[in-house]
Amino acid sequence: MATAIVAQLDFSDTDGQARLRAVGSWTVRTVGNLEPSIDKAISDVSGATVIDLSGIEHIDTAGAWLLTRLHRGLSAKEGDVSVEGASENAQRLLDALNPTERETPPPPPQIGAAQELVEAVGRTMYFSWQDLLAGLNILGGVTRGLARAIRHPARFRITSIIFHIDRTGLRAVPIITLMSLLIGAIIAQQSAFQLRAFGAEIFSVDLVAILVLREIGVLLTAIMIAGRSGSAITAEIGSMKMREEIDALSVIGVDPVEVLIMPRIVALIIALPMLVFLADIAALVGGGLVSWVYIGIAPEAYIDRVRDAVALNTLFVGLIKAPFMALIIGIIAASEGLSVRGSAASLGQHTTAAVVKSIFMVIVVDGLFALYFAAVNY
Amino acid sequence: MAEPLNGHGSEREVVISGRGITVGFGDRLILENLDIDVYRGEILGVVGASGTGKSVLLRTILGLQSKRAGSVEILGTPYDDADADTRASIDRRLGVLFQQGALFSSLTVLQNVEFPMREHLHLSQRLMDELARVKIDLVGLAPEAADRMPSELSGGMIKRASLARALAMDPAIVFLDEPTSGLDPIGAAEFDELIATLRDTLGLTVFMVTHDLDSLHTVCDRIAVLGERHVLIEGTMQDMLDFDDPWVQKYFRGVRARRVENEV
Repeated sequence: MATAIVAQLDFSDTDGQARLRAVGSWTVRTVGNLEPSIDKAISDVSGATVIDLSGIEHIDTAGAWLLTRLHRGLSAKEGDVSVEGASENAQRLLDALNPTERETPPPPPQIGAAQELVEAVGRTMYFSWQDLLAGLNILGGVTRGLARAIRHPARFRITSIIFHIDRTGLRAVPIITLMSLLIGAIIAQQSAFQLRAFGAEIFSVDLVAILVLREIGVLLTAIMIAGRSGSAITAEIGSMKMREEIDALSVIGVDPVEVLIMPRIVALIIALPMLVFLADIAALVGGGLVSWVYIGIAPEAYIDRVRDAVALNTLFVGLIKAPFMALIIGIIAASEGLSVRGSAASLGQHTTAAVVKSIFMVIVVDGLFALYFAAVNY
Repeated sequence: MAEPLNGHGSEREVVISGRGITVGFGDRLILENLDIDVYRGEILGVVGASGTGKSVLLRTILGLQSKRAGSVEILGTPYDDADADTRASIDRRLGVLFQQGALFSSLTVLQNVEFPMREHLHLSQRLMDELARVKIDLVGLAPEAADRMPSELSGGMIKRASLARALAMDPAIVFLDEPTSGLDPIGAAEFDELIATLRDTLGLTVFMVTHDLDSLHTVCDRIAVLGERHVLIEGTMQDMLDFDDPWVQKYFRGVRARRVENEV
């Protein structure tokens, strides 16, 4: 079998009748080389033709397809084409392939660039609207779940919520602490370096304290949680959706939003402010360490200075934002998870979208809060 | 060792040969010292109660499941300790229809069928498209289905598309894991017929794990019954009916079995 001669198509001409003799092993392994000679024969040969298959040693569907293509190509040129010498096997294969028309369907009509642009804009607008509706839907579902929990406290999914607080909150403590410590240190170091030129190094403490408590602590923690827990929520819910687990829940008569999404969002809302508080403290400690080593402000002096620089409301400005950001991360992650379709690529796409959208929205909301707090002078 | 029973004589070539296969999970043995032979050109049906390790046997032969002992030879080559190249060249001559289809979800049906060709052969795009459409047509899918994504297909269409991919390389041996489960009876009968036709035309050897008594009756040349961690009996349908084992009797002589028998 390994000694099969290379497949080929021989051409001979006797008494005005063309004769094409197929020789060798016409299988999926040889058709790549045969294809050019088939197309050449179709364009060169015309008139009455005999296709002689007696020289074929092995044939499979790929080889049979090329012969079918040859037969059709020649017949289309109003020649009288006949096949002879087909083995029982080859004939069966040819018969199996013959009855169907297998023209490649025409490609979809091309559309112009302008139309494509309009279409893309329209699609984006439509999907943005759908996203908003999906988000409101989830918010409504969570609210209803909480309302029901008040009426039937026994059915409140406290275990599930605590489990998710552990996963999104407690397990994020090391990374959030480390990140915030470093950020606090970097801000202190940079501001001290710049303010040294004015002899105002001591104000770097004010800068660290205010910046961290009002903005940086909450913002970075929210971004970290969006990347860490938002993606996990989308992937979990998305793969449950792919495997019809979400559908199974609805059929059993359990609201998937209440069982799957509400505990995750409530857990986020509880965990994020705690993480933000932790991040604030860690950043202040980081700033204090740099101030001590780099500027020479003793810890006692640093604490006094921080106390002068900030009031309780500075801390609250940051903390108030945390539950809202948790809600945004949770809603976006859950709605992206629910929009996952069948394919693995779709899961990846929606997980990416969840992280990107929630980080973007967290920053937008932070900006809105900054405007609001400036307006009310808090 | 059982003789091949469907009359082709003793010169028939063994294409898959498993010897002393032992597979276990933890302290639970699924298969123990199991011997199995598959002959060229036959359709072997593997049956057994749920949990007797039919799919495990299939996965073990394919090298997807590690075994504790035993050896597997495919197409005359020891598969277990073959080097990567030998293994790849054997793999190219195998086609597998997984129970859930296992179509690549990010590719269309056409691209799924073209995938093995694209990886292993150098064909023009036109020829690949045509061959893929031939396969799609052979398995009885409408031409429009070629451009759909797997997530848009029904269960039966997934089976057919997956069979088309298994056939893409014109394999010598095809493994089918419950090919007709989830198909309606007409679809299942067509599928059986299709497998028999493909066997006849392509000289395919088929290793089929199935529960479908119709399939066993109409297309399988030989049946192997798994139970008690090994092959209880192998042979023709008549051998099954004559075999004295409670499970085998119940399975092949039950109400549903009698109905099938009457029809055939």
